[in-house]
Amino acid sequence: MDAELLVRLRAGDEQAFVVLVRRHHAAMLRLASGYVPSLAVAEEVVQDTWLGVLRGLDGFEGRSSVTTWLFRILVNRARTAGTRERRSIAIGDPGRAVDQSRFDAAGAWASPPEHWVEDADDRLHAAKLAGRLRSAIDELPERQRNVVTLRDVEGLGSEEVCNVLAISESNQRVLLHRGRSRLRQVLETEFGRA
Amino acid sequence: MRLLLPLLPRRRDIVCQQAVELVTDYLEGVLSRADRRRFEAHLAGCPHCTEYLAQMRATIELTGRVTPEELTPRMQDEFIALYRQWRADHDGGRG
Repeated sequence: MDAELLVRLRAGDEQAFVVLVRRHHAAMLRLASGYVPSLAVAEEVVQDTWLGVLRGLDGFEGRSSVTTWLFRILVNRARTAGTRERRSIAIGDPGRAVDQSRFDAAGAWASPPEHWVEDADDRLHAAKLAGRLRSAIDELPERQRNVVTLRDVEGLGSEEVCNVLAISESNQRVLLHRGRSRLRQVLETEFGRA
Repeated sequence: MRLLLPLLPRRRDIVCQQAVELVTDYLEGVLSRADRRRFEAHLAGCPHCTEYLAQMRATIELTGRVTPEELTPRMQDEFIALYRQWRADHDGGRG
């Protein structure tokens, strides 16, 4: 747990730092990449964030979880480093959870979901599935990717995600819905192929 | 989830295509009581949407269990160097 790592980190435990970095690095890089023009800059933002975390250790009061704190620092720095104009993009995403062609005219399933949930546990450890899911997350539109990464990969609560990304609860839900729906479709396709 | 009473069709029953769009709001617990009832009533009579909901839950679960990519040894070294530099500055500043 991050809270325990925080205690160790404060005590000067280098290994705790490495564990924390290993745990969050990929998600941090994924998130930062959406704000800055290149991977190199994203990597700088991540490094800079960790330095900010270390420098802020003594002042961190634990009002939020360590993860939330970490990502708030990251997003702030990424915003500052970002040269891209961050317009507020309309959420009115026309995408649907499930392709329209899978329903009949009355809106009932014409091509119902393939059964795979029970297989998921057996195949969970297959590196291929994890790899497929990872690349599916990477391929999500940026805002969906940010929300899914924070909510479902990093395990933040909805309120924390809204706070980190400075978005409303309802925007967060729409983005989460689109992102998760897309990942479900990827998994269905993946299991269907097996 | 199992509803005991087979619900009678009502005027505002939802169809599958609507149900799949309500899944996240349902899981987030933000549906109004009436919508939640309609959603659950639909599920009770629709094995496909029940399956769909189970798949969305499984998707969330699987996403949460995706282990992060390994740090390359070079990156790990860089972070250790960063840490040691900070320690040196930190302790030096205090001393």
